[in-house]
Amino acid sequence: MQIDNTLYTKRRIASRIGLALSMSAMAVGLAVLIWILYVLFSNGLSALDLNLFTHDTPAPGTEGGGLRNAIIGSLMIVGLTVLVSTPVGILAGIYLTEFGDESKTAELTRFVTDIMLSAPSIVLGLFVYAIAVSTVGNFSGYAGSMALSLIAIPVVMRTTENMLRLVPGSLREAAFALGAPRWKVSTMVTLRAAKSGVMTGILLAIARISGETAPLLFTALNNQFFSTNMGAPMANLPVVIFQFAMSPYENWVRLAWAGALLITMTVLILNILARVVFRDKVH
Amino acid sequence: MNQTTEQKNAIEVKNLNFFYGKFQGLKNVSMNIAERKVTAFIGPSGCGKSTLLRTLNRMYSLYPGQRAEGEINLYGQNILDKNQDLNLLRARVGMVFQKPTPFPMTIYDNIAFGVRLYESLSDSEMDERVEWALSKAALWTEVKDKLGQNGLSLSGGQQQRLCIARSVAVKPSVLLLDEPTSALDPISTGKVEELVNELKSDYTIAIVTHNMQQAARVSDFTAYMYLGELIEFGETEQIFFKPTKTATEDYITGRFG
Repeated sequence: MQIDNTLYTKRRIASRIGLALSMSAMAVGLAVLIWILYVLFSNGLSALDLNLFTHDTPAPGTEGGGLRNAIIGSLMIVGLTVLVSTPVGILAGIYLTEFGDESKTAELTRFVTDIMLSAPSIVLGLFVYAIAVSTVGNFSGYAGSMALSLIAIPVVMRTTENMLRLVPGSLREAAFALGAPRWKVSTMVTLRAAKSGVMTGILLAIARISGETAPLLFTALNNQFFSTNMGAPMANLPVVIFQFAMSPYENWVRLAWAGALLITMTVLILNILARVVFRDKVH
Repeated sequence: MNQTTEQKNAIEVKNLNFFYGKFQGLKNVSMNIAERKVTAFIGPSGCGKSTLLRTLNRMYSLYPGQRAEGEINLYGQNILDKNQDLNLLRARVGMVFQKPTPFPMTIYDNIAFGVRLYESLSDSEMDERVEWALSKAALWTEVKDKLGQNGLSLSGGQQQRLCIARSVAVKPSVLLLDEPTSALDPISTGKVEELVNELKSDYTIAIVTHNMQQAARVSDFTAYMYLGELIEFGETEQIFFKPTKTATEDYITGRFG
């Protein structure tokens, strides 16, 4: 074989350039991420102490304080959101792959889901404000969960659909071949086979909503005091961070950093968890 | 089709045409599948042997655009009838696929899944049924101490026997095997073939295979198909030793296909 050396050299140079470009692009992205984490940790770590979990958000002008009410509020709002959006999202995902498939309803649902996935979260917050806050007359934790559900449902739904599509058709056929009705095939065999993928979707949805601020500004608002009443305004981490970070009080700003660090750590842990869950699945 | 004289038929196929959309997969196929015998479908890839098998439990009905015309009588009842309940049909006509497809659950539940669909057994009755089915599939001694393990933890050959046990457990009258050994090693293949030989005393078996030696070893009747048509059908010995059509002879002797 005759090797054209100039051609080979040219190609090798092009490959080097391509590699260098993509490496530098990666470096830029990674550098920014590390920078963010560095600033977050250097400011947040010093504010991280036990008071954070035992004291409520301080009144203006008072010393110390913690984030207990905001942490509990966030947990409750996110918890309710997960309770609502997980079944709805999973069932809708099952419908899309196992029942609707290529029907008009399914196509429409997919289209709407795509829009919901990319809808600005402030719009969803405003929508819930219009239907569940202004009509009732007060801000509430329920309204907060409602707004977050609108974000979480499409995420769970889309992941469930994608994961169910990965289940080989032969497995479905095998279940049908035993005389199993469609709903049994979907829930006992297909969904089970896609279990870890669906779990990952739920974890990622939680990660996504736990930092959302805009939808909560219009719905759960905030509460300076400790409250577990979801029918009333409720403290939550994102809104507290938003308000405290822009305040003139030094201890408020420190609490905002601590809150930001808490959320980031939670999201980080959820993402790692999602990866671990998904890795275990591959058999 | 000369074998029908003294033999009772489980399935009678009459003038069956099958369509994948516009493409015709089966052309006017008529044949009888004898009760408690093994009937093998052979022929080159794309000849329609799997298609024919998948009409017998109406697997094709899962896919819009696929349709069958003609008659398939299962003990006198036309299963192509619009009112045929597909779940009940599939409980009577079991199927094992080319690739092992254990469900993502324990070995025990893999067997119990199908049984629970149509029978409500007590725990001890279910235990008996699971043991019975696994023994039928010659798998019991290998798995009796790990019934709680995931079915996916078994080897490929064991998985396939688990799938056979799963089909047998619901006590169907017909068992369809779609190239059940093509993904298995020779030893597992041997075990599955032995199994087919034993199962035919209780079940009517139809098997698709691209391995002619396998057809010769396990079957009582053989159907040779080509391009969607049934070229020749008869007792396996006759098909392999004295084929009446030259096309069959060419395929069997390896001159074609």
